Amino acid sequence: MNPATLPPLVPALPELMLALGAMALLMFGVFRGPRFVHVISGLAIALLLLAAVMVVYLPGGTLTTFGGSFVVDDFARFMKVLALVGSAAAIALSTDYFDSLREQRFEYPILIVLSTIGMMMLISAADLIALYLGLETMSLVLYVLAAIHRTSVRSSEAGLKYFVLGALSSGMLLYGASLVYGFTGTVSFSGIARATAEQTSMGLLFGLVFLFAGFCFKVSAVPFHMWTPDVYEGAPTPVTAFFASAPKVAGIAMFIRGAIDAFPDIAPQWQQIVGFVAIASMLLGSFAAIGQRNFKRLMAYSSIGHMGFALIGLAAGTEEGVRGVLIYTAIYVAMTLGTFAVILSMRRKVGYVEDIGDLSGLARTHPALAFFLAVLLFSLAGIPPLAGFFAKFYVFLAAIKAGLYALAVIGVLASVVAAYYYLAIVKIMYFDEAGEGFEPMSAELKVVLGLAGLINLLFFVYPSPLLETATSAARSLF
Amino acid sequence: MGFPVLSLTTFLPILGALLVMALPGEDEATKRNARWIALWTTLVTFAISLLLVANFDAGSAEFQFVEKRPWLGGAINYHMGVDGISLPFVILTTGLMPLCIIASWQAIERRVKEYMVAFLVLETLMVGTFSALDLVLFYLFFEGGLIPMFLIIGVWGGPRRVYASFKFFLYTLAGSVLMLLAIMAMYWEAGTTDIPTLMRHGFPAGMQTWLWLAFFASFAVKLPMWPVHTWLPDAHVEAPTAGSVILAAILLKMGGYGFLRFSLPMFPLASQEFAPLVFALSVVAIVYTSLVALVQEDMKKLIAYSSVAHMGFVTMGIFAATTQGVAGGIFQMISHGLVSGALFLCVGVVYDRMHTREIAAYGGLVNRMPVYAAVFMLFTMANVGLPGTSGFIGEFLTLMGTFKVNTWVATLATTGTILSAAYALWLYRRIIFGRLEKPSLAGILDMDRREILVFAPLVALTLLFGFYPKPVLDMSSASVSALIETYQSGLKAPRNVAAVK
Repeated sequence: MNPATLPPLVPALPELMLALGAMALLMFGVFRGPRFVHVISGLAIALLLLAAVMVVYLPGGTLTTFGGSFVVDDFARFMKVLALVGSAAAIALSTDYFDSLREQRFEYPILIVLSTIGMMMLISAADLIALYLGLETMSLVLYVLAAIHRTSVRSSEAGLKYFVLGALSSGMLLYGASLVYGFTGTVSFSGIARATAEQTSMGLLFGLVFLFAGFCFKVSAVPFHMWTPDVYEGAPTPVTAFFASAPKVAGIAMFIRGAIDAFPDIAPQWQQIVGFVAIASMLLGSFAAIGQRNFKRLMAYSSIGHMGFALIGLAAGTEEGVRGVLIYTAIYVAMTLGTFAVILSMRRKVGYVEDIGDLSGLARTHPALAFFLAVLLFSLAGIPPLAGFFAKFYVFLAAIKAGLYALAVIGVLASVVAAYYYLAIVKIMYFDEAGEGFEPMSAELKVVLGLAGLINLLFFVYPSPLLETATSAARSLF
Repeated sequence: MGFPVLSLTTFLPILGALLVMALPGEDEATKRNARWIALWTTLVTFAISLLLVANFDAGSAEFQFVEKRPWLGGAINYHMGVDGISLPFVILTTGLMPLCIIASWQAIERRVKEYMVAFLVLETLMVGTFSALDLVLFYLFFEGGLIPMFLIIGVWGGPRRVYASFKFFLYTLAGSVLMLLAIMAMYWEAGTTDIPTLMRHGFPAGMQTWLWLAFFASFAVKLPMWPVHTWLPDAHVEAPTAGSVILAAILLKMGGYGFLRFSLPMFPLASQEFAPLVFALSVVAIVYTSLVALVQEDMKKLIAYSSVAHMGFVTMGIFAATTQGVAGGIFQMISHGLVSGALFLCVGVVYDRMHTREIAAYGGLVNRMPVYAAVFMLFTMANVGLPGTSGFIGEFLTLMGTFKVNTWVATLATTGTILSAAYALWLYRRIIFGRLEKPSLAGILDMDRREILVFAPLVALTLLFGFYPKPVLDMSSASVSALIETYQSGLKAPRNVAAVK
């Protein structure tokens, strides 16, 4: 290739490194067999963390490459680090689970790395084609992951369900993208922004709605949330932990960049949509979770609710709002991974249990586990001084500034309703009589749970690192 | 002031909690160690808080022992300090804590470690609530207190503890989240959440109405005022004795403190506008809950309803917005902290022996428990507001302060004192007097030395403040005058804030 036509590759170095690393791991796995699953998992984690370090140490400022369709700004850096750390933690959570089921597959960590490459492309995508490529790279892997437990009917069903609905949403997104292209004549976000500043048409708004429907599906916001409870419940638990963390980060990033970068001048139009989606998600997440007994299903509704809270910041459409979403997403990832570490330690002699009733009297049988889960649950409920409170604080702060009073009031009341079902789990752990204990936790689970718990417990002591990086990340979009 | 005495007072209990947590095992020695560590931590905290009193300049209305450090950025700081209004509450908190620990010495036998940790964490959050000078920081402490109290009621409570703890948590949370939104609105309006700055800010009249209502939602639930008081009897009945004491003596006072710290000085126009509403709710609380108290079968429930009635005097006095009314409100809160705390401890004394709180299960206790009868008598009288006890001073001042503003309200409220005499004396008669007929009571023992040790300081202070209320009134007088001044000037000249911004 002629060096003059070769685009600068520096901004995409972490992605390239990950892709090459994943290929190398794949070769290693194929030729050395599944005896090295643990080594491959460890290497995959190292690869992801190395990529996170590279993302941080890329040259500063806003870098673009591939003809402007790939952009690395502070926003992309923030989201990429989050997605990489979330993916790494998800691999760490999985080893013990697959060991105990004798379902070790060396493909699993490699698939997660491949999916993460898709997420990073998605986070950096600055035009509709790059966005779609990233989205599909991420999603196709997710479908496979949902069905990775081949002998389990539930897992296969979850994979199939996710695939069919995911394909439908991709179709909607593509249709929306084609309409937007048709009415603006360009696929790049900046070009769309320029075209909409001049004139808007009904067709463009149609495209916008379809595009947003696709976004909503990926972050499992109401009314495109139907797949979430079934897939969360059916997929193997470590896969669910992964679904609930890193892909949500990428989805939120795509949603924010798509809305803010491509359609800044018709913000009032999409703010209505996002506001409605946020309200519906918060209410459904709060009320539907009350009746759930299966912990994974409960976490599905909980994540729907949390996405609703995060979208409040986007509905504000301001720099403060985006900052709120970023803080929310970061804290949400910590809370979710910690909670799933607990779900993954709910293992008895008979195998894994998932009913919240199985936690009864956990404070007597496993005091440390109960303490950390209680911290995470109070944090999910948004009770100060835990990190979850600050997550909600910053999105509501933005909503109040933007004058979205009704949205804020509905939001805080929904958070009170949601507090009920988190408290109900605390009640089972602390007030009820002790049940049968669980098998000892593996070291990886302890590390993930300990880190997540301490981040949530002690966030208020030293909040400035997250606040400052989120502030500069949000500023880079405006 | 260089040395952070206030932060030390606030966070020392956390240190004790960590020590208790670090104790290994569940055996008797661990329980004993947990109790002693908790006791010493609370005693040392109390001693340090007395340093605050010793170095406090009562002649100044300024905030003292101020500490300020950057925290969340954007003018949200770690800002602590006390003035004459908050210091009495800080002392009340630190002073009652050791008594609560001693009162739980034998009553709590299960999960002693966790119990002590919950109490120590709660102490930090309570002291922090009264000394925070930043709204976000205040909210952090104010709401954080829900977690340990939820666990205290739910783990060590009575048969309906789950219902009571959920009701307590969700009621209070629902009230407070609206206040949180109001805090955010104030942040964008004034550019800061610094409490001293906000007191001088002068919010536009229309905004004051909404902010006042949002703060009112939180504090009215916390205080509690009629008709959102229903969580209180449940929580009181189910909580363990020390939990009831803390609930009645300190957590309720956060509501009154909130009215004094935020509603009056920051939203004077709205406070004046809504004063009739507060008066009406206060009078209903005083008369109606007193009547409800008359028919209670459960000792704790009766005292819980009497708490609601007494808090009615507090809100009435505060929103009369006269010097006497506000000073009386503060005094009444301190006095009620001592008296209602002592009454719940009195119930605890017989509950530990008989394991029932039903009034009908007792009678004629004076024959077997003369010391107990005397102590209970004193606090019953203080609850009624007999001259010579601290209860009298508070009620008298609030009534006097209100009388100047609204004669009818004061007159109606006065009937409440008569009703309170009725229920309190009737309770006393049914439990203490009469013949000792119940066979189960025949072997009941009088208070032991540990229990006398708990009651001695409360008896002394109730009598002392009854005859000589000057220490409390002097401590707060400068701050109360400053508060009334801010309030009055806020009424006269609603500043135009557009220029300030």
